[in-house]
Amino acid sequence: MIRSHHLPLMVTLATFVLAYALCGMQYPSMFSTRVVANLLTDNAFLGIVAVGMTFVILSGGIDLSVGSVIAFSGVFLAVILRDTAIHPLAAFVLVLCITTAFGASMGALIHYLEMPPFIVTLAGMFLARGAAYVLSTDSVPIDHAFYDVLKDIYWKAPSGGRFRLIGGLMIVTFVVAGLVLHRTRFGQNVYALGGGAATARLMGVPLAGTTIGIYAVSGGLAGLAGIVFSLYTSAGYSLATVGVELDAIAAVVIGGTLLSGGYGFVAGTFFGILIMGLIQTYIVFDGSLSSWWTKIVIGGLLFAFILLQKGLTWATTTRRKTATGFATQS
Amino acid sequence: MASTTTSTFRRILPQLVILGCALMLNVLVFPDFFRIEFQNGRLFGNLIDVLNRGAPVALLSIGMTLVIATRGIDLSVGAVMAIAGATAASLVVEGHGWVTALLGALAVGAICGAWNGLLVAILRIQPIVATLVLMVAGRGIAQLITEGTILTFLNPGLIRLGAGTIMGVPTPIILWIVLGAFAAFAVRRTALGLLIESIGVNQASSRLAGINARVLLISVYLVSGLCAALAGVIVAADIKGADANNAGLWLELDAILAVVIGGNSLLGGRFSIVASLLGALIIQSVNSVILLSGMPPEFNLVIKALLILAILVIQSPKVGHAVYMLRAAGPKAFDTRPAPAARPQKEQS
Amino acid sequence: MTDDPRPMLHARGVSKFFPGAVALDDVELKLYPGEVHALLGENGAGKSTLIKCLTGVYRRDGGVITLDGADIAPHSTLDSQKLGIGTVYQEVNLLPNLTVAENLFLGRQPTRLGLLARRRMVTEAREVLADYGLDIDPAEPLTSYSVAVQQVVAIARAVEMSGKVLILDEPTASLDRDEVQLLFSVIRTLKARGLAVVFITHFLDQVFDISDRATILRNGRVVGTRLLDGVSQTDIVTLMLGRQLEARVHDRAPRTLGDLLIEVDGLAKSGMLDPASLRIHKGEVVGLAGLLGSGRTETANLIFGAVPADQGRILREGHEIRVTNPREAVAQGFALCPEDRKTDGIVGDLSVRDNIVLALQARQGWWRPIPRAKVTEIAEHYVKALDIRLASLDMPIRLLSGGNQQKALLARWLATAPDFLILDEPTRGIDVGAHAEIIALIESLREQGMALLVASSELEELVAYSTRVIVLRDRRQVSELTGDAISTSNIIHAIADEPIQEAS
Repeated sequence: MIRSHHLPLMVTLATFVLAYALCGMQYPSMFSTRVVANLLTDNAFLGIVAVGMTFVILSGGIDLSVGSVIAFSGVFLAVILRDTAIHPLAAFVLVLCITTAFGASMGALIHYLEMPPFIVTLAGMFLARGAAYVLSTDSVPIDHAFYDVLKDIYWKAPSGGRFRLIGGLMIVTFVVAGLVLHRTRFGQNVYALGGGAATARLMGVPLAGTTIGIYAVSGGLAGLAGIVFSLYTSAGYSLATVGVELDAIAAVVIGGTLLSGGYGFVAGTFFGILIMGLIQTYIVFDGSLSSWWTKIVIGGLLFAFILLQKGLTWATTTRRKTATGFATQS
Repeated sequence: MASTTTSTFRRILPQLVILGCALMLNVLVFPDFFRIEFQNGRLFGNLIDVLNRGAPVALLSIGMTLVIATRGIDLSVGAVMAIAGATAASLVVEGHGWVTALLGALAVGAICGAWNGLLVAILRIQPIVATLVLMVAGRGIAQLITEGTILTFLNPGLIRLGAGTIMGVPTPIILWIVLGAFAAFAVRRTALGLLIESIGVNQASSRLAGINARVLLISVYLVSGLCAALAGVIVAADIKGADANNAGLWLELDAILAVVIGGNSLLGGRFSIVASLLGALIIQSVNSVILLSGMPPEFNLVIKALLILAILVIQSPKVGHAVYMLRAAGPKAFDTRPAPAARPQKEQS
Repeated sequence: MTDDPRPMLHARGVSKFFPGAVALDDVELKLYPGEVHALLGENGAGKSTLIKCLTGVYRRDGGVITLDGADIAPHSTLDSQKLGIGTVYQEVNLLPNLTVAENLFLGRQPTRLGLLARRRMVTEAREVLADYGLDIDPAEPLTSYSVAVQQVVAIARAVEMSGKVLILDEPTASLDRDEVQLLFSVIRTLKARGLAVVFITHFLDQVFDISDRATILRNGRVVGTRLLDGVSQTDIVTLMLGRQLEARVHDRAPRTLGDLLIEVDGLAKSGMLDPASLRIHKGEVVGLAGLLGSGRTETANLIFGAVPADQGRILREGHEIRVTNPREAVAQGFALCPEDRKTDGIVGDLSVRDNIVLALQARQGWWRPIPRAKVTEIAEHYVKALDIRLASLDMPIRLLSGGNQQKALLARWLATAPDFLILDEPTRGIDVGAHAEIIALIESLREQGMALLVASSELEELVAYSTRVIVLRDRRQVSELTGDAISTSNIIHAIADEPIQEAS
C-alpha cells in the first residue's frame, strides 16, 4: 500500500519520468549526459534555494526574501572581491554568516511578533534587494583567479557531459538536507511545526528555536545559492534573480510538498526542480515554442498539485470530521 | 451623520499625519514641491506627479483592501495588470476601438478575479496559495497575448487613459479618485462593508447569521481583478505599450503595503478604503522624497522595508497587548476604560 | 481506599480567577496511586480550568498542589510533563503528519552519532506499544490507525514521559464501543502499574465502568467526591446538574397551544444524531435535555442547517421546506443562538450596533442597506428592551460581558422577527441577573406566540419554561416529557436511563 502522504511524491516522480520519456522520444538527444549535466548546472542555484524553501514550507511558512538574498549575495561578493583583497573563501564564509543571520532575524520577528511569515519576509525581500542596490546598481563582473579554479572543476562523462562543481554542490545540499530533515531532532521539529504549531508546543517542541532555525537555514541556503549564482554568472547584479522565490515555491509544491506544511520530502523538491528544468530544456529543443509557455505550464502544474493536495487533505479530514461535525464546516 | 464624519476622520488621522510628514519632507528637499503650473492645457507639478504615479497602486489598493478585509490576500494583481494591459494593447492593435479594448481588459480582469474567488470560496484553498497560481502563470499568459514582444500601440483613445488629461488633470488621477470615492461610498452606503467585515472577523458566526459568505468572497476577488485590470490598462497606456514582463511587477506587494500602511489588519475585519488610498499616496510620496532629494533611488526599497517593519511592530498583537497592559497598569486605567457592565446606560435616555 | 496511603497528587484550595469570574473556588482533588478518578461536571463547571492549573497551562491564583509529597507549581505543559503529569486530550494531541514512532519519541528520540537512530526508534516503539496491547507497525503514519489506537499512542507517550499522573480529558468522545474497551484495558493496566489516572468524560456508563472514585464540580466548586461503588447514576447526575431537586410544581395550567408550526421528521446525520423527530407549535417552548454530547446541540444545528443533515425533512405549517444552510433557515423565519457564543455567535471586532443588525441585514441583502438612523433605532430598542448594559453602541461586542453578548445575539435574531427561535445553552456562562432576564424573555416570547426550541444543561431552567421536554442520550431521543411529568428528577432519570417515576 502506498501511504497517502507519499502519493504526491509518487505523482511528482511519475510526472518527471513520463515527461522525460516523452521528451526523449521526441528528441533522443535529451537523454544525453550533456543535457543531464546542463540540467544540474543550470538549476543549481535554484535547487539550493528550493531546499531552504522546503524547510520553510514544511514548517507551514513561506520565505519571499530568497530571490533578493541571492542577488544581494552576488553583489556583495562582486563588490568585496573588487574592492578588497579578501580571499573568495573568506568572502563566502562572510556571505553565509550574513545571510544566515538575516534569515534568523526574520524567523525571530515571525515568532516573537506573531506576524504572518509572508509579510515579514516581504519586508526582508525589500531590505535585501535594497541593500543590493545600495552596494551597486550595475552588474559587477567577478574576475578572480580562484573563481576560474572553481569553475574549472568538473567531471567529464564519457559521452561528453560536464558535471560541474555547482551541480554537485546542489546534490550535496539535497543529501545533507534530507539527512537533517529525517535524521535529526531539528528536522523532526520542522515537520512537527508544520503538523500543527499548537500541538507541537504541547508536545514540547521548542517553537522559537525551531522557527528561527528554519528561516536561518533558508537564509543561509539563499546565501549559498547566491555564491553558486555568482560562480555561474561570474558577476553580481542587483537586478538578478527577481522572482526566484516564486520558482522555488513552485518547485517545492510541484515536488509534492503541501503548501500549508507538514507533508513533503526534499527528494520531491529535487524532482520538482528537474521537472521545471526539463520544461525549459524542452522549449529550447523545440525552438518554435515560446519561453512563456514555461510559466504557464509551471502555473498549471502548481494548480494541479494544489488540487491534488487539497483532495488528499479533504479525503483524510472529512473522515474524522463526521464525528464532531461543527457548524464551522460548510 | 456628524458623528460618522468625525469617526471616519479619526480613523484616517494617522495616515493623514504620516502623509503630511512625507509631503513636508518633500518640501524640505525640494521647496517648490507644492507649486502647480498650468501649461499646454495640463497641470504640472511634483504634487501632480505623486498623484499621477501613485494611480496604479491606489487602484490596486482598493480591491486589495476588500480582499484583505475578508482575511484574504491577492498576490496575482501584478500579473493580472500585465494580462489586462496585454489584452487592451492587442485589441487596439487588431483595430478595435479603445472602448472595446478597455471593456475587454476589464472582462479579462473580472475572469481572473473570479478564478481566484472560486479557488478561495468554493475549493477553500488558502488565499495566498490560490492566488499564487495566477501570480506564477499570469505573466506567461500575458506574454502569450503579446507574443513575447512589447506590444506598442498608437490608439489615442487608449493612450489618453494613461497619459491624457481631463480638464487639465491627468486621467489616471481622475480615475483612481473617482473609483476610490465610488468604492468607499458604495461599501458604506450599501451593507457590503458591514457584511465583508463580518466574514473577515468571524466567518462561522457570519454564516450562522445568514450571510452568503461564498458570493461575497468571490465578489471581492472579482473587484480586485477589475481594479488590477484598470491599473494594467493605465500603465500600458502610459508607456503606449504592453510589457508583459514588467507591467505591474511587484505592485501586488506595494498594494498590500498600501493597505497595511492604511492601518487595515492583515487578519481581516474593519477596513477603510480611504486609508488605503492614503497609504498608496504615502508610498508614492516617500518615493518622491528619495527622487527629489537626489538620494540614490537604491534607498527606496530599504526605506520601504523599514516602513513595513515599523508597521509590523506597531500592528503586532503582542506589542498591542504589551501596550494595553502598560496602560492598564497606569493609575488612570479605570477612568479611561470602564468595565462595560458597571457603567450606567447612557443610551437609555 | 481510605486516607491512609499518601496521595500521589493532592490539590488543596486551588482557586483561579478570570476577569469578572471565579473559575475555580477552593477546589480540592486527591489522587491515589493505582486509582482511576473521574472528574465530572457540565461545561463551565471548572474541569478544564482545574486540569489546566494542574498541567501548568494556567497559573493558579491560590492553593497548593503536591505531587508525590513535593509542592509543585508547573509553569508549562512541558514542565508538568517532566514533573510526572501527562495529559491526553479528546482531540488526539499528536501530529497527524508523523509516524507512530516519531510521535511517541518526539523530543526524546534515540540518537547515534548525533543522528536519529530511526530503526532503533521503531523497535523501541514496538516494544513500548506491546505493553499497551498494541501490535502495530510504528513506522506507519499515525493517521493510518483508528482514533482509538492514536489515543493509546498518546497515552503511551504521556506515560512514558511522565509516569506518575495521567490525565485523560474526554478520551472516548469519538470512539465506538469496542474501541472504548481497548482503551479501558489499557487504563486498567496502568492502574495496576500504580499510576493515578484522572478520567474526564460525559458518558456516565463509562465512569461507572472504569473509575473508582469521582469528584464532581459545579460552578467552579467541588460539590462532592464519591466512591462509585456505593452510588447510583442518578446520584451523580443530581450532583452534576441539580441544585435542589424537590419537584417544583409549576403553574402550567392554561397554556393553550397554537397551530403546529414546525415538524421535524427523521432528521439525522451519521456520527452526529440518530433520526430525530419533533413537532413544535406556535406559543410552545420545547426543551432539549441531555448531557453534553447527547445530541442536544446537534439537533439544534441540524434543524437550522448549520450542519447539513444526511436524511430527514422539515415541514413548516405542513409544507416541506428546504433548509440546507443557515441562509435558507433564516429565510424561513428560523433563528439560532448557538452554543459557543464566541466562535459561532458574536462577530467580536464589530460594534454592538452592527452585531445586532447583522442577521436582518444579511436577510435583506447588501443592496438594501438598513438606514443608519433605523439601525440605531433597532439597536437602541433592543438595548432597552433586553436591558443590554454597554458604554456605547459603537464598542466592539467582544468587550461586553457574556450575559450582555448573549442578549445582543438574541437582539440580532429578534430583529429579524423570527417565528421559530432555537436557543442552544442560552444561559451558559452568564451572570445571575442576566440569567433571570433571559428566562423571562423566553416566557414572554412564548406568550407572544413564538415557537421556541431550547437546548440546555440547566434542568431547572428547562423545567421552568418548557411546555415539553425531549430527553436525549447517546445521540438519540430517549424520552419525551409533557405536562406534569416535566420535573428535574424525571429528566435526570431519563438521562440516567432509569425508569421514570410518577410525577409527585
